[in-house]
Amino acid sequence: MPDSSGHSYQSRIAVHPRSIKGRFRNLKWGVLALAYGVYFLLPWLRWTRDHGPSQALLFDIPGRKFYIFDLVVFPQDIFWLAGFLFIAAMLLFFVTGIAGRVFCGYFCFQTLWTDAFMLIERLVQGERPARMRLAKQSWNGEKLLKLGGTHALWLAFAFWSGLSFTLYWGDAPTLTWAVLTGNAPAPAYITTFLLTATTYVMAGLAREQVCIYMCPYARFQSVMFDKDTLIVSYDRNRGEGSAGRAKPVRDLKTREQRQAAGVGDCVDCGLCVQVCPVGIDIRNGLQYQCIHCALCIDACDQIMDAQGWPRGLVRYTSEHALEGAKTRVFKLKTLGYGLAVLVASVLLVVSVIDREPLEISLAQVRQPLYVVLSDGAIQNSYEIKVSNKSQRPLTLDVRLHGLEGAELDLGRIEHIELGPEGSTRIMARVRYHEADVSHGIKQHDLSIDLLPVGRDDVEAVSLPTHFFTP
Amino acid sequence: MNNPSDKKQGVQTTGHVWDDDLCEYNNPLPRWWLWTFYGTVFFAILYWLLYPAWPVGSSYTKGLFNDITYTVNGEEVTTHWNTRALFMRDMQSSPAAVRQREFLDVIAATDYEDLLADADKLAFVRSYGRGIFGDYCAACHQTGGTGIVGRYPNLSDDDWLWGGSVADIERTIMHGRLGYMPPFRETFDAEQLDVVAEYVLSLSGIDGGDAAKAQRGEVIFKGMAGGCFHCHGADGKGLPSQGAPNLTDSVWTIANVPAAETFDAKKEAVKGVIHNGVQRQMPAFGERLSPVEVKVLTAYVHQLGGGQ
Repeated sequence: MPDSSGHSYQSRIAVHPRSIKGRFRNLKWGVLALAYGVYFLLPWLRWTRDHGPSQALLFDIPGRKFYIFDLVVFPQDIFWLAGFLFIAAMLLFFVTGIAGRVFCGYFCFQTLWTDAFMLIERLVQGERPARMRLAKQSWNGEKLLKLGGTHALWLAFAFWSGLSFTLYWGDAPTLTWAVLTGNAPAPAYITTFLLTATTYVMAGLAREQVCIYMCPYARFQSVMFDKDTLIVSYDRNRGEGSAGRAKPVRDLKTREQRQAAGVGDCVDCGLCVQVCPVGIDIRNGLQYQCIHCALCIDACDQIMDAQGWPRGLVRYTSEHALEGAKTRVFKLKTLGYGLAVLVASVLLVVSVIDREPLEISLAQVRQPLYVVLSDGAIQNSYEIKVSNKSQRPLTLDVRLHGLEGAELDLGRIEHIELGPEGSTRIMARVRYHEADVSHGIKQHDLSIDLLPVGRDDVEAVSLPTHFFTP
Repeated sequence: MNNPSDKKQGVQTTGHVWDDDLCEYNNPLPRWWLWTFYGTVFFAILYWLLYPAWPVGSSYTKGLFNDITYTVNGEEVTTHWNTRALFMRDMQSSPAAVRQREFLDVIAATDYEDLLADADKLAFVRSYGRGIFGDYCAACHQTGGTGIVGRYPNLSDDDWLWGGSVADIERTIMHGRLGYMPPFRETFDAEQLDVVAEYVLSLSGIDGGDAAKAQRGEVIFKGMAGGCFHCHGADGKGLPSQGAPNLTDSVWTIANVPAAETFDAKKEAVKGVIHNGVQRQMPAFGERLSPVEVKVLTAYVHQLGGGQ
């Protein structure tokens, strides 16, 4: 809807957050260091394997294998990804149900990269007042240098972020060299470019607008919120008192004077607004823009400490607690999410541990279904596909089971020989003399058994199938 | 806008008025439409320049791209943009074609002994051979190589008219085959035809016949009166060099004996073949297929079910 000024769109009001020190800021720096340590260094971690690349984490698309430390994920195991995503979603719901937007505030890559970009911005351009001055002043050499320097550093950092993502899909040292010398394949350049561009735009230019306008999670989290959910909140009763907030002017300096005058503890310094990365005022209550980064807690704590008053005017609490009721953590909703996380995790772990090193499928040749041979025997053919998911070579014996008198013919192939992570297809033919040759197709049950030779860590596999006779 | 407009509806008109109040509406096209139209004109001109477009006499404008290179009979051809040339180039030098050629080079360098004992190479033979077989062979021999009784031989059983070794199969594919059995309608009378058919059926152990008749048939089969032994052998086991089938086994390629219910019906089927003779031809593919294609096809046919 057009507003009164006749414009359909609001232009962005620039946010220049002030940096702040404190408990939550330290925690956030810690999370950032950990996350960046993992993200930027993991592709460079080497790993010793019997077979395959020497990179600890490698998503090998041409080879259709994902190497995750000692686990090799084959395309057939892709449902693990579904399980992993389900667990991640449920964990998010669980955490959000109990502790609110913890993911947004501490772990979301938008928050992490925006933090890093703001750090660069602060190091080049200075603190909030300096940045605001710089933004307002007309263009000169200083402004050009500082803004240009900021954007150049942003781009460099964005490029490193984009390149690091690409390195998960190839051998990191080789690929880095290839990208820098112009010899890398096109997908590497496209991926690096797209991620560089999105990192630069999202963390440098769009910032809080990503959370407010683009992120779906920010919007549907209200479903997971209730009055027992932990939120970053301003204690209105304490801050406003009965006569509202007031600056610590004369006669309103001490807490006793203020309480006598009915004024709350909020000294209206505005620091909580200045530090907010999304540019809102936490004192206006719970808002959908708030990413619960807790920096306003650090800001307010600093002021309260300076005043010598107890901390916690802005704090983690729940709506119930603010109303004086008790916060209930264990409810059907949170327990349900927790149970879902637990069950799915156990199933995934069991599925990963319990994976068979041998993947086999058998398809009976149906054209022709059977052939009459010169000695009157009936022949059926089966194509067997075998994949060795282990890192060691594997030899398999093929045996028939369950149809008395039937013979197996593998042509001139004696065993199935598979290299490490190898796969192959063989044709198995079964011949059988049918005693009763009255008309009509008959079906016999039999199985083709594959027996590992010289390896006891691989179990024998029995493939049940049918034998058809005229 | 100072153009005259229709008084009742306020729509702009061209200004012409007939019969007092008959006006012509003027609804100008939107500007964006006009620019889109100019854009299409520009696009068309660009297209005519870049791609083959206009007939000129018995030829046509070739466009500015003249960079599609492919090989025909060992000669390199560079030509203007056209889909046929693109297709030829893709078949010769696309990544998939290059990769396929690597496999074919491996097959070409492998002899049949090693090829038939290597699961991975055989898997490639099955994939690639299915395509060649579908193109050149399946029209007669059917997709699974089962053939049609009475017309085209079954390649998925272990009974071979012309031999089932890789050398025999390769020769058959390269040079084709001419299968011939003379008709005996002039030679045999009804009685002779009957007893020879009885004997032929007895060779593969089919019950219900008259042993005395079969004995008389045997005399004709093995004697100069019939002369069948010349090709089918005195023991009836056939002669691959003549393409003469083995009559003592369970496989029937011309007379559809297995499909007949009664002994008499089976005998009628055999009598028909003796009476009319057989004349069949398989064309030669040596000229049409490359040596490596013949090799893949040979191995493919060999592994269809009964190679020797």
